[in-house]
Amino acid sequence: MDLNTLWFILVTVLFCGFFVLEGFDYGVGMLVPLLGRDDRERRVIINSIGPVWDGNEVWLLTAGGAIFAAFPHWYATLFSGFYLALFLVLVGLIVRAVGLEFRSKHTSPAWRSAWDWLICVGSLLPALIFGVAVGNLLLGVPIDAKMTYVGGFWNLLNPFALIVGVTFVLLFLLHGALFLGLRTEGALQKRATSTALGLWLPTVIAAVALLVVAFFQTPLFAGGLAGWLLAGAAAVALVASGLLARARPGLAFTLTALTIILVTVATFRALFPNVMISTLDVKHSLTIYNASSSPYTLKVMTIVALTLVPVVLAYQGWTYWIFRKRLTTTSKLEY
Amino acid sequence: MDTLELARWQFGITTVYHFFFVPLTLGLSILVALMETAYVRTGNEVYKKMAKYWGKLFLINFAMGVATGIVQEFQFGMNWSEYSRFVGDIFGAPLAVEALLAFFIESTFLGLWIFGWDKLSKKLHLTTIWLVALGSNLSALWIIIANAWMQHPVGYVLRNGRAEMQDFFALLTNPQLPYEISHVFFGGVVTAAFFVLGISAWQLLRQKEFADFFQRSFRWGAVTALLGSVLVMLVGHGQGQWLERSNPMKLAAAEANWKTKDRCEFLIAAGIDEKNQKNTWSLPVGSLLSILAYNSPSGVVKGMTDLQAEYTQKYGPGDYIPPVTATFWSFRLMVASGLAMLALALLALWRSRNLIAPRWLLGLLVAGLALPYIGNSTGWMLAELGRQPWLVFGLMKTSAGVSLATTAGEVLFTVIGFTALYGALMVVDVWLLRKYAAQGPVEAAD
Repeated sequence: MDLNTLWFILVTVLFCGFFVLEGFDYGVGMLVPLLGRDDRERRVIINSIGPVWDGNEVWLLTAGGAIFAAFPHWYATLFSGFYLALFLVLVGLIVRAVGLEFRSKHTSPAWRSAWDWLICVGSLLPALIFGVAVGNLLLGVPIDAKMTYVGGFWNLLNPFALIVGVTFVLLFLLHGALFLGLRTEGALQKRATSTALGLWLPTVIAAVALLVVAFFQTPLFAGGLAGWLLAGAAAVALVASGLLARARPGLAFTLTALTIILVTVATFRALFPNVMISTLDVKHSLTIYNASSSPYTLKVMTIVALTLVPVVLAYQGWTYWIFRKRLTTTSKLEY
Repeated sequence: MDTLELARWQFGITTVYHFFFVPLTLGLSILVALMETAYVRTGNEVYKKMAKYWGKLFLINFAMGVATGIVQEFQFGMNWSEYSRFVGDIFGAPLAVEALLAFFIESTFLGLWIFGWDKLSKKLHLTTIWLVALGSNLSALWIIIANAWMQHPVGYVLRNGRAEMQDFFALLTNPQLPYEISHVFFGGVVTAAFFVLGISAWQLLRQKEFADFFQRSFRWGAVTALLGSVLVMLVGHGQGQWLERSNPMKLAAAEANWKTKDRCEFLIAAGIDEKNQKNTWSLPVGSLLSILAYNSPSGVVKGMTDLQAEYTQKYGPGDYIPPVTATFWSFRLMVASGLAMLALALLALWRSRNLIAPRWLLGLLVAGLALPYIGNSTGWMLAELGRQPWLVFGLMKTSAGVSLATTAGEVLFTVIGFTALYGALMVVDVWLLRKYAAQGPVEAAD
């Protein structure tokens, strides 16, 4: 395996980590005003991700940095091409981050309610837009001979990409509701679990629609059995998560995490060895070879990544262990 | 305005804004860690109160830094795609390392610190804040490694139409790096010091409650302010001397010095006529610039018109003179704020032995809160404007780095969007900081 392939895999892994971890963060964020009936409940919901959301978001920064370092042309084409979409992601992430830290720092109900809704929208925007981006990556986008995206903003909002966007939102909501069910007790836990059950069917329907359209319009199932296996496994995991939500909530959450991982892996596998497919001319597509850094940089970055990623995983895992205890509305809340 | 100009405005606005929050994070993380160390060592509750009180203000500031930091990583690709293609091989690496090595430590252990007061042992909890301080300052180190390369490219080879990395170690031993990182680091220390001093002075002015607490904080701030302001100026002096060797054009622009001369004077102020390449009037101090550049009154300091001729020969026809007026006055504002901070630090330390410093001094120190922010912002304006027209010195001009995929309308839209959002958040941030600063060292109610 060459280093380009290794880095493609590493980027895939980083996006898996990002979508699984920020997936429930975004889900929980969207649920704050929808599920929390009073101030204390909303604070419990926020505190369920309080100690970890910031660390989880670094997975996005690392994925971005890794693409920049290993595949600069991919980074340049993607970020300048999906310009306004990424601007909206940034706006969402900014108000969300500030909201999570600021909402409990003032007691006025109007202040808190405003931030709760900003947290909700700030979580919805990136979930939706990252889904739309993934949809467009699968479809391919107009890229010219200078590796420049020439499609504009509205081009990104095509039916398939919107289906993927909605699926991402629903899947993250489900994933977040299951997470919340695991982290809370009492009435809130019950409500989280029944919300998850309610979200399950719409998510399955959206996912089926996604797979059907993907079959006709994208390379998701192309190139042998692997695509079918990944998509099939993702579907099974998703269906099973709903069936187990009440009896085995821990397993159900693991299954939505698995669904997210399988979807991410299936997407990247379908693209490989391309990273961005050009609909104008296949020759203009960005691949792991024509978009990559020099072999020397890839080598340096491989050493760095293989040394540091395990350490990061270890201490992030330890954090989850420290905060493993369930939260209740009567427990002492920081802030 | 075209895409290039708008993209430059966006970078300027978002970066200066982001850097309102960064230096305080760098310095205050260390001060809070020291306060908690004092608590763990002595068991004295007042230090715990200090760590918690200043820690709360630290967190409000930190949230803004994190939120605006994501924009920084994204906008290289969004607005500067051609730059990203050209330098990705080198510039992307430190950014990725920054995320992997620094951001993870910083954010993970900050979560533990905030929520871990009752869950971790005292020593373990103390370790988490030291790791936050380490992570924050490591992140500064890696982004400065990237910036130092733009100021003074090393360890690369031009191949396939881009700068490719040839020696990672050369990036880490870039002679530009020690000056730049230590200047930023001590800038952070001095920012935290004046933040603590200013707020303590404000509290001592407005009430007798918590007088003990804020006098103690005042002393911590005063000592740190003196250390920080002396060191930031010393390394800044070193950086100036290095500049005369590495990028004399920037130094010449910072001094509005058009002609190469020996025993060069330093201009306290000047009227600059950029078009005709001369100064209409000036307030000179004889030989001082030569002294600053070489520690000796004799020493040839290069001027802009001669450097322009030299660069035209080296890099081909073009205008190689930075925006002189902005560079010149940025430098003066930075130095003036540094000198004012040194004076205030001396006064504060001198009077911190008294039970209560005189009201005029307390008032000055409240106003002094603005000084590090002026110094930090103008310092970066000097560094970045003074490098123009280059994006990467000698290798790529700013005009060649801008994205091709974006239209002027799109960039204008995001400039307006970010500016409006940032403006609104600044109001909220300052209001919250004031509220928590005013509250004093009490446990916040629900």
